[in-house]
Amino acid sequence: MKIKTLTSAIVLSGATLIALPSLAADTIKVGVLHSLSGTMAISETTLKDTVLMMVDEQNKKGGLLGKKIEAVVVDPASNWPLFAEKGRELLTKDKVDVIFGSWTSVSRKSVLPVLEELNGLMFYPVQYEGEESSKNVFYTGAAPNQQAIPAVDYLMNDLGVERFVLAGTDYVYPRTTNKILEAYLKGKGVAASDIMINYTPFGHSDWQSIVSDIKKFGSEGKKTAVVSTINGDANVPFYKELGNQGISSEDIPVVAFSVGEEELSGLDTKPLVGHLAAWNYFESVDTPENEAFIKAWHAYTKNPDRVTNDPMEATYIGFKMWANAVTKAGTTDVDAVEQAMIGQTTPNLTGGIAVMNKNHHLSKPVLIGEIQDDGQFEVVWKTDGVVAGDAWSDFLPGSKDLISDWTAPIKCGNYNTKTKTCSGQNY
Amino acid sequence: MRRITLRHCIALCCCLFGLFSLSTHAAESVSLDPLLAELGEAKIKDMEPILVRIEAVSDETVLPLLRTLLNGNLYYIKAEKKVIGQFETNGETYYKDVFTDEINAGIDKRDVDKIRVNNNLRGYLRNAIARIQLTSKSPSVRENAVRELLSKLDGSTVAVLEGLYPNETNKKVKDAMGLALAMNTASQTELAASNRIAAIEKLSSSLENDVRNLLTTLTRDDNTAVVSAANIALEKIAQRANRFAFVDQLFFGLSLGSVLLLASIGLAITFGVMGVINMAHGEMIMLGAYTTYVVQMMMPNYIDYSIWVAIPAAFLVSGLMGVLIERLVICRLHGRPLETLLATFGISLILQQLVRTIFSPLNRQVSTPSWMSGSWEINPVLSLTLNRLYILAFALLVFIVLVIVLKKTPLGLNVRAVSQNRNMAKAMGVKTNWVDAMTFGLGSGIAGIAGVALSQLTNVGPNLGQAYIIDSFMVVVFGGVGNLLGTLVAAFTLGIATKFLEPTTGAVLAAILVLVFIILFIQKRPKGLFPQKGRAAE
Repeated sequence: MKIKTLTSAIVLSGATLIALPSLAADTIKVGVLHSLSGTMAISETTLKDTVLMMVDEQNKKGGLLGKKIEAVVVDPASNWPLFAEKGRELLTKDKVDVIFGSWTSVSRKSVLPVLEELNGLMFYPVQYEGEESSKNVFYTGAAPNQQAIPAVDYLMNDLGVERFVLAGTDYVYPRTTNKILEAYLKGKGVAASDIMINYTPFGHSDWQSIVSDIKKFGSEGKKTAVVSTINGDANVPFYKELGNQGISSEDIPVVAFSVGEEELSGLDTKPLVGHLAAWNYFESVDTPENEAFIKAWHAYTKNPDRVTNDPMEATYIGFKMWANAVTKAGTTDVDAVEQAMIGQTTPNLTGGIAVMNKNHHLSKPVLIGEIQDDGQFEVVWKTDGVVAGDAWSDFLPGSKDLISDWTAPIKCGNYNTKTKTCSGQNY
Repeated sequence: MRRITLRHCIALCCCLFGLFSLSTHAAESVSLDPLLAELGEAKIKDMEPILVRIEAVSDETVLPLLRTLLNGNLYYIKAEKKVIGQFETNGETYYKDVFTDEINAGIDKRDVDKIRVNNNLRGYLRNAIARIQLTSKSPSVRENAVRELLSKLDGSTVAVLEGLYPNETNKKVKDAMGLALAMNTASQTELAASNRIAAIEKLSSSLENDVRNLLTTLTRDDNTAVVSAANIALEKIAQRANRFAFVDQLFFGLSLGSVLLLASIGLAITFGVMGVINMAHGEMIMLGAYTTYVVQMMMPNYIDYSIWVAIPAAFLVSGLMGVLIERLVICRLHGRPLETLLATFGISLILQQLVRTIFSPLNRQVSTPSWMSGSWEINPVLSLTLNRLYILAFALLVFIVLVIVLKKTPLGLNVRAVSQNRNMAKAMGVKTNWVDAMTFGLGSGIAGIAGVALSQLTNVGPNLGQAYIIDSFMVVVFGGVGNLLGTLVAAFTLGIATKFLEPTTGAVLAAILVLVFIILFIQKRPKGLFPQKGRAAE
């Protein structure tokens, strides 16, 4: 029954799209800037579907400000400069009121100048390395202090880990995250000799000697763990090699920041069982909100096997908050909505309430889960309350004095609390 | 001092009690039922105490239960308050009683809930199984049980071991037990220093991780004599371990070399012998890997044997594709290397997109047969992974077969004749067109076989081939164009060099250094390691 109404709603909204272009002014336009082809399509297509589902739901509730919402989908094709181009197209040609989009940091950095030049509004739903806060972007994914730092705390306090291997793919997110983690660990009294840092190229597949190094590093009398920012494809041979060399998750646990339900689906999870991941959301979390969300997702995709993941929750929270902010501001004007966004609250799918802070980052709970052989996570640890996202890491010398506060009187994305000045850039 | 928790004490005492009263308790499983029901309803964090109680009231008969739970195959039937094991044979899921092995056909997936475990519980289960297995009939099981327990030596375990040690008849098991007892002696601070030092000396002959961990902690001991003895022992262990580490490194190098050899040997034929720059060579490897995937899809119940079907299938698929490409494109561009390069590059893009369209852009999952997973443990510091060992042997086998084909068969004779002097061969009545097609097919087919091997090591996706094409050209150019032996030597040289560089420079820099080295080498010797000599050269 539900599916029927849903489809008719899609058909209806589709029909309005095609049949009534003259009424375009009477709709609120939502731009979707996610890659639908190329390497990132695997991850980003899901987020496009999530936004469309949210638009659909909102329209069923009567839209916003008495108008229907219309989604404009473009495909930046995993091509980073194309994100800027497509972003400009959305803002100038389609005149969208808000954009939901981007996955990789480099694509966000690519579209950012366009957003600031044309005063657009974008919601970015993926965990990232921080060190950024733009007036025109709301970051609904995790900052390093909402994923990496709690994960390391868990390893140290709950598992008694004393030695750390920071393994990552060689690009900006792992490098910045590992820099923050290294500074944090040293601050906690971990000796430099107990930290091993390793970078590998994208899609690395010959892990023999690295895993053997990790094994050797882990066999020197202290409990060792791997903190992995290894991205995408390279994870499968990495975990396989760990299994082949007889390293179990009890000996040397691996906590990953880029392995979620979507990445595990359709993958042989046997060598991964027991390893950890840190996120703000797991599909396995049992709350009424999450159950409803998963149900809606299965109904919308007409596929009961589709999994949900953390960036989807971030998209969900972002969209809900945006809809509330528009209602509160009574307009879709970017400046008004931006101010109305700050302080918005929405229930998390994992319990508790997400709050949008002055620095455009969310307060969310942090969860650590163990991979199960069905590709789901079993939550083994959870922060007591919510953790506020920190745009500028307190553990890096360059950014520890910086804060971001987009409310009066500071209104600055990188305000130096020592010199009491805004560095002048917009981000 | 190792911490002795009360829990372990109770568990072990009860376990002991269980052992000694083994024969008298025949109908144990009856009393387990309420505990198992509790286990099925418990949250993960409440499960360990229940398991302790289960271990306490049972004996060897409980092993299948613990093992099933450890492997994550234990399910709970809510309606009947019973646990049941889920098993899979030949792709079919069925449920059977873990104790009686009785298959329960009336159970549906929806009736049961999985009993989940976490790392803590897995660790506990492993130890519990080891504790029970200390008295197993099989010596190897006993030895493994002792080794498993080395990391968790508490007072009660030691007491059990001390009880078993004098009566143990198998030398290996006795040695392992002696090691455990020596570890215990060495760590007892209240014992006389001379006893502890004697124990430390005994430990210095072991390569076990736990021994090294213990010795490392002993270097912080209060007694200076113990500290120096521990340091000497560690030094001795490190020396031996380093020797094995070198062997390990060498194996990694050989393994990478074998992968490079497989990937490049087909190219050595098409590029080296025929002189065709085939940019689609990587895609032939990819087709081989996808063939493996398709074969596995078609015989899901016989994954262990699928490889044997996949090898000839991949040879045929890639080989036929090679013949097709040669007949349709390359033979029309004969003697025009630049056009051939561009055309084959175009073909590689077409093949990639074709695979994307047919199989989706996502990576496909190729399972590893059970006989290829795991590792061959020579000693605690040296273990060789089986899949790499098989691939190393396979690469050498393919190489030998190829050399025999080229040297001993009529086809090989024709190939060599055409590659040395096309016109002369033609004048002698060799069908050069046919030989070209066959040679190209042979090279492509071998690339397909390489794809089968690579599917066991890396991700099977549309970009698989691109990852290997550069390396393949590097190997062929370095080894000397047109020389199979050169390809062999070059592949292993580059593999070993990369693996010995990697620990000090990191993976990214190692790849760069190897590339720079080859560029410099080619400057010095443009024809590679083994240049062709005589009239065949030009």
